[in-house]
Amino acid sequence: LEQGQHHGSTEEPGFHLPLHWQLHLRLSAHYCLEMAVRRSVISLLMFCCGLGLGFVICHLAINAINKEAPLHSHLLFNDPHGHLEDSHHHQPHQHLQGEMNFNADISQHKDENRSVADELYKKVRILCWVMTGPQNLATKAKHVKATWSKKCNVVLFMSSEEDKDFPTVGLGVKEGRDQLYWKTIKAFHYVYEHHLNDADWFMKADDDTFVVVDNLRWLLSKYSPDQPIFFGRKFKPYIKQGYMSGGAGYVLSKEALKRFVDAFKTGKCTHFTSTEDLAMGKCMETVDVEAGDSRDTNKKETFHPFPPEHHLSKSYLPKTFWYWNYCFYPAEEGPGCCSDLAVSFHYIDSKTMYYLEYMTYHLRPYGYKFRYNPDSPPK
Amino acid sequence: MRGKAKMMTEGTSFVKGVMLGGMFCLVFTLFANTEIRGGSGLRSHEHHHLKAPNKEELLKLPEAKRLELSLTIRVLCLIMVTPKEIGYWASAVETWSKHCDKAVFYSPETIKIFESVSLATADKWIQTRKAFQHAYENYKDNYNWFFLVESTTFAIIENLKFFLLNKDPEQPFYVGHTVKSGDLEYVESSSGVVLSIEALERLYRILDDSAKCPEKGSLLWKMSQDKELAVCLKYTGVLADNAEDDEGKELFNSKNINTLVVEAMSKNPNEVVEGCCSDVAITFDGNSPNHMHVLMYGVYRLRPYGHTFNDALLFMPPVGSDND
Repeated sequence: LEQGQHHGSTEEPGFHLPLHWQLHLRLSAHYCLEMAVRRSVISLLMFCCGLGLGFVICHLAINAINKEAPLHSHLLFNDPHGHLEDSHHHQPHQHLQGEMNFNADISQHKDENRSVADELYKKVRILCWVMTGPQNLATKAKHVKATWSKKCNVVLFMSSEEDKDFPTVGLGVKEGRDQLYWKTIKAFHYVYEHHLNDADWFMKADDDTFVVVDNLRWLLSKYSPDQPIFFGRKFKPYIKQGYMSGGAGYVLSKEALKRFVDAFKTGKCTHFTSTEDLAMGKCMETVDVEAGDSRDTNKKETFHPFPPEHHLSKSYLPKTFWYWNYCFYPAEEGPGCCSDLAVSFHYIDSKTMYYLEYMTYHLRPYGYKFRYNPDSPPK
Repeated sequence: MRGKAKMMTEGTSFVKGVMLGGMFCLVFTLFANTEIRGGSGLRSHEHHHLKAPNKEELLKLPEAKRLELSLTIRVLCLIMVTPKEIGYWASAVETWSKHCDKAVFYSPETIKIFESVSLATADKWIQTRKAFQHAYENYKDNYNWFFLVESTTFAIIENLKFFLLNKDPEQPFYVGHTVKSGDLEYVESSSGVVLSIEALERLYRILDDSAKCPEKGSLLWKMSQDKELAVCLKYTGVLADNAEDDEGKELFNSKNINTLVVEAMSKNPNEVVEGCCSDVAITFDGNSPNHMHVLMYGVYRLRPYGHTFNDALLFMPPVGSDND
């Protein structure tokens, strides 16, 4: 506010206050005079208080109106299944609710050439079945469904109970760690009975496994589905040719699936343990299915039993950790741990599913020439 | 009776005061907005938005021209580190900063373990001033873009160069994620600040003006260093621009990807929300050292086989690096 409160005399030289200000000053001045005349100091005080209060309230009101509207995430459409709730569970707000769809950004992919990937989609058909349960549908399986599983030719969610809405297949077993091999056996049998001709390769994953299906197709494109072979992250204990880590996911050829189902009919394979991955490895050995080498042309691993951070960070997994003794091929930590064309990561929570989806399919360095060329002959 | 009458006059006095005060305030606010602008009208709340180049437009240029263009963008990275953050320092050295044309690390004091320029002060505004002064004095002839980041920020230099492709460095550019504070629009320091050589030159000159751009800050109270920078640049006629892709998504992010995903989804728990982040994002802040390594792998290596891009530019991987 300018100094000097002149009582509206128009002959005043020098600066002029804007008309409005002059008016208000005049009004206040007049009122002050009135009060002084009436000698009512209290009234004057009340007036001044009122003046201050009025100013402050108005100022706050203006600021509140002028505050920027908060940024709203762009909404696409309502989830067709309405309000998904963790009805059986406490603390629903701890879990990641809602979904994120990166594939709506079509314009960012206008210069993307997907012809090779689309060719492989037709040539190397993959059925993915995801091991889940009723308590995990809204918290885990939902986010698998919203991300990587869409890229499988066929995807099935296997649970102890049928859920027509999700949908899940009911395997008729109980939930629990000791039921894992039963679930696996029944799941593969279900796939054999209902979907044998819908795919060439049959992948098992958990609801906390992230799979890059395009890279799985690249790996499998060099083999025939009529070969008795299966792939995953190979572990060396117990089974001579090795067995595949359950959490990192594993994939059976059509021939391997046929032999697996057949073996249970003839009794060659039985449910002899609930340790699912080991049991599967034993059965595969029994029916002469080869434990394939899933490493890339530079001998870098593609299936990963842990999240990326665990493998890429130096000294994350202690040297005494079982992992180093289990890996069939010499394992590395740091950048050498992982192929550029990784197929899977395990122990992936729901938010990391979206993170990995974004990192794999969307975020990229514009114009960058990648070092690793998967199509050039191996070093 | 007399008492009551007195109370009445007091009451009405109060009410009259409130009303007058309110009116005063309204008028004052309206006038303040027009007077300070020199009466040019209410344009104080406009954001300045800068978009990434249009790829179709770029592809129209001959290939030789595009290659020439990509080589002319030379970025100097100014990375602010502290002795307590050795882990962040190491991860910046080992990861994304290898893609800068040159990376210079600035620290508050001399440290033996890593090479850095000591700014000999803990004051963030003085650090910023000295870093830019040092960069200008030593590198003004060889670099035309200057990029100031915190140690927790991961930057994708190729995407920065793509964004800067159609911006003339001889023009004053001051770019990043902008925030409005009253009438001041400034670039948030946590997500990275980009200055063209012209803007840096103007800044360098005004830093000597202790009336307009003093070391102790321009107001009686302490403003953050990103606001101080904006005030100084404003005196030279340089205004902040917010960087966006052609869908309006932010390129400079003050939060990491996980946080952005969770925030977007938590705001709309019953909806399917659009992907949070740009394909050609430039920065994400708030990363731990381990995250930097994951980002390095995720950005420069992890990809789906069979998807290729027809990009208008070509950037080669740096020599002597094994994690990209």
